[in-house]
Amino acid sequence: MKMKLLLAGLLTSVTLVGGAAQAAELSIVSGDTGSGLAFLRSQLDRFEAETGHTVTVVPMPSSTTDQFGQYRLWLAAGNSDIDVYQTDVIWAPQLADQFLDLSEAAADVAGNHFPSIIESQTVDGKLVALPAFTDAPALYYRTDLLEKHGKSVPKTWAELETTAMEIMEAERAEGNSEIWGFVFQGNAYEGLTCDALEWVMSNGGGQIVEPDGTISINNDQAAAAIDRAAGWVGTIAPEGVLAYMEEESRGVWQLGNAVFMRNWPYAYALSNGDDSAVKGKFDVAPLPAGDGEGARSAATLGGWNVAVSKYSPDPEAAIELAKFLASEEVQKERAIQQSNLPTIPSLYEDADVLEASPFMENWKAIFEQAVPRPSAPTKTDYNEVSSLFWSAVHDTLSGNGSAAENLEILEADLQDLKGDAW
Amino acid sequence: MATDAMAPATTVATPKSRSELSQQRARAARWFLVPMLIALSIVAGWPLLRSIWFSFTDATLNDLYGAEWIGIGNYLRWQVLESGAVRYRGVLADPDWWNAVWNTVRFAFWSVLWETVLGMIVALVLNAEFRGRGIVRAAILIPWAIPTIVSARMWGWMLNDQFGIINDLGMKLGLLSAPVAWTASADTAMTAVLIVDIWKTTPFMALLILAGLQMIPKDIYEAANIDGVHPVKQFFKITLPLVRPALMVAIIFRVLDALRIFDLIYVLTPNSRSTKTMSVLAQENLFQFNNFAEGSTQSTLLFLIIAIFTILYIWIGRVNFEGGDR
Amino acid sequence: MPATFDYWKLTKTALFYALVVVIVVISVFPFYYAILTSLKSGTDLFRVTYWPTSISFDNFRQVFSQGAFPRNLLNSVFVASLTVILALFLAVTASFALSRVRFRGRSLLLMTILAVSMFPQIAVLAGLFEVIRFLGIYNTPWALIFAYTIFTLPFTVWVLTTFMRDLPIEIEEAAIVDGASPWVIITQVFMPLMWPALVTTGLLAFIAAWNEFLFALTFTVSNETRTVPVAIALLSGGSQYEIPWGIIMAASVVVTVPLVALVLVFQRKIVSGLTAGGVKG
Repeated sequence: MKMKLLLAGLLTSVTLVGGAAQAAELSIVSGDTGSGLAFLRSQLDRFEAETGHTVTVVPMPSSTTDQFGQYRLWLAAGNSDIDVYQTDVIWAPQLADQFLDLSEAAADVAGNHFPSIIESQTVDGKLVALPAFTDAPALYYRTDLLEKHGKSVPKTWAELETTAMEIMEAERAEGNSEIWGFVFQGNAYEGLTCDALEWVMSNGGGQIVEPDGTISINNDQAAAAIDRAAGWVGTIAPEGVLAYMEEESRGVWQLGNAVFMRNWPYAYALSNGDDSAVKGKFDVAPLPAGDGEGARSAATLGGWNVAVSKYSPDPEAAIELAKFLASEEVQKERAIQQSNLPTIPSLYEDADVLEASPFMENWKAIFEQAVPRPSAPTKTDYNEVSSLFWSAVHDTLSGNGSAAENLEILEADLQDLKGDAW
Repeated sequence: MATDAMAPATTVATPKSRSELSQQRARAARWFLVPMLIALSIVAGWPLLRSIWFSFTDATLNDLYGAEWIGIGNYLRWQVLESGAVRYRGVLADPDWWNAVWNTVRFAFWSVLWETVLGMIVALVLNAEFRGRGIVRAAILIPWAIPTIVSARMWGWMLNDQFGIINDLGMKLGLLSAPVAWTASADTAMTAVLIVDIWKTTPFMALLILAGLQMIPKDIYEAANIDGVHPVKQFFKITLPLVRPALMVAIIFRVLDALRIFDLIYVLTPNSRSTKTMSVLAQENLFQFNNFAEGSTQSTLLFLIIAIFTILYIWIGRVNFEGGDR
Repeated sequence: MPATFDYWKLTKTALFYALVVVIVVISVFPFYYAILTSLKSGTDLFRVTYWPTSISFDNFRQVFSQGAFPRNLLNSVFVASLTVILALFLAVTASFALSRVRFRGRSLLLMTILAVSMFPQIAVLAGLFEVIRFLGIYNTPWALIFAYTIFTLPFTVWVLTTFMRDLPIEIEEAAIVDGASPWVIITQVFMPLMWPALVTTGLLAFIAAWNEFLFALTFTVSNETRTVPVAIALLSGGSQYEIPWGIIMAASVVVTVPLVALVLVFQRKIVSGLTAGGVKG
């Protein structure tokens, strides 16, 4: 009898101690927007109830450059205040040294996600972040205008050019003087790297820097693709497109002044808003392919992931939190409430998800053509690589030199930057 | 007792007590200066020296404390290639750096020039007595009062080529034939930045100059008016010399700020080659790219350039350090 | 003759008031446009209008419901006020020493103080971050007050030194003869004459501290300690790409109004001068 009591006492005290040791205080930093933060909080409340840990959210401004600079500074100082970071798809590989390797902890779930995303977050075999949600751009087109002029949805860039030009001229002849054929993001910033990567990849021109680290950008197909884009400026796209980021192109589109737009999924719901001139008059399709060998549709991979800081005082609890946020349940809720694209293929066939956000059905096909930016192979030098690339493209688009000339210089610069190895 | 305000010092006591007095004042002076100096050295001295230190090492943000000394390698280094040609690397050999220096100097020159001239005009207007002066004074401070990120965004919005009000106005008034992409086009980007900065900072200059103007005794003007001196002549012979000290200080600080400009360009025209100033380039290398040591080098060089400008300015302008105890 | 003279005077006055109007319009128009934008919403934002087409206070409501904006406003007031008080106190005493007392190394000291203003903010960030963490004031308003005082000090010291230097020596000597200590000289003799300079530097320092963004972003990390510029940057739309112009403009209006009020209150002090009787004494 006494023995049993003693055992029971021991067991209880062990679990009590064990339980107390498990209740960690975590903090997660996120640059997410208003409704995104509210959603995050609701999911974290669930996590707290399930595991007994407490989680505080540290909000950051929406400018991704500000966020990145700040994270860099914190990690350089070995800041142990933040356990989990919400990272843009191109960041974790750049900060790989500062994050924990999640490959072992996530071995059971890594296979559930799209392979391209996992690939983009793996640096030298180390999985530095788990996917939370993803993003991939599409070709938005005006169904009413295509129908009116008897055109079909373009499958190649050449088709897009002719269709856009014909419809634009016809509409202008009818008196609609503000209309343009195609709007995209041509400003000199990370977004241009995304657009240009699509042009190049869809024309069989490679990925700028291949996953094994080879610099492949200086080739004829890449040059042809960029030259073609340069031809759009001033003809089917306004001159000002050289200054457009996502919002400017959406502005022109939403006022009804563009036949085609290349943009991210966020513009879908906004374009269907009550005050939008294109409400109900558009749809989306995968981006056009190029021509020639290796031509295919390509969409640049965006999206956000969760990484665990190596300075976290509670690494196990932090990893638990990361896995939770990347889990199927949270992604499903996110897809339904926030219209964020999940990173788990099976969710694209889930009935609840499709009911809440029917446009996701189109997106699975788009997503399968997703191409990551060369952040994993170039590691800490990615931002500089991207900056050199978008400058070369922007110069070509503005008429400063041909694509071939600029790409040659780009290759030399990248080689300098790379040295012996990235 | 009507005295000339600028009369030199007169002895007030016997030589012996005078030196005692001087000593007492010197002691008091030291007491007054000590708190400020301690604060400055801890908080400003350390980061400054640290940054200079980093510029002589191979520091990266991933390994800040493991930085190793490499001498002036970040400033200038060279490789002799197989063909015998010499390749120079380092910040001093980087064309991007010199482009940034040129942009910065260009920007500083034009902005300080316009801000001083316009600031003087506004200050003179505010110095006059008229009804509603208080409201005007409050109104002109609005550009300076709005946070930079907001005014940069605001102007960015107004200068937008598709839905910007400036292009709209310009076309309606017939000044423009087509919308101008102010912030995107390399030709007009610097102009856009200058417009916003001048709009924003003229109130700062105006207010400082106004304070200087207000401290000029009114009776000098009265006397000049009685003597029949023309107002323009009054400005050049009386106002300008008397407001000179305030003007010089205002200009020094404006030049220092202009040479270090960062916020406005970061928000309005990031990534534009024609507006990339030294601070913007340094930030890019420090935090965006993996070039912390290079960024520190650029910051140190910026500091040196500013120091040289300031010393030159003080020497040429013969800004007076002596005063008071003449 | 008298008729022509009046005509000339009339033209001068008219031109003068025209100039005043131009100055006010240029200063205020962008702000007016910002207010206009803050009253719009949705696709309307992309349309150019010069007058309000529809008034909606939605944006203002959103500003106050997102994050902890009122708390941030209070933080800004606290930080900016303390920065100014501290800076003015240190500067007044320092500038007395630097302008009225002869001692060795005075010029060198002035130059060293100026040198603090020569370093780009961005470069000092990492080092300052270390110092603040070391002092244990990270994520408190004190981190900001500390950082801002250091950077407003050179400016306040130089301006006050310049103005104090030009105060006539007679007043000071009269006070010394009366047996006044340096402290009394500063507070009772000089300060009343220095109001324009004090108010001007105080106002400019206040606004600089109020609007500072980079340090505020780096040294504070929670909603309770953040200040207004960071709060504005935290305002976001429905997605990472959307820039919520309406809300941002509404926030800017809310943030600028106290500053304008402050100026209106203090602007009378800028007007006084030496004619207050100091010289004639």
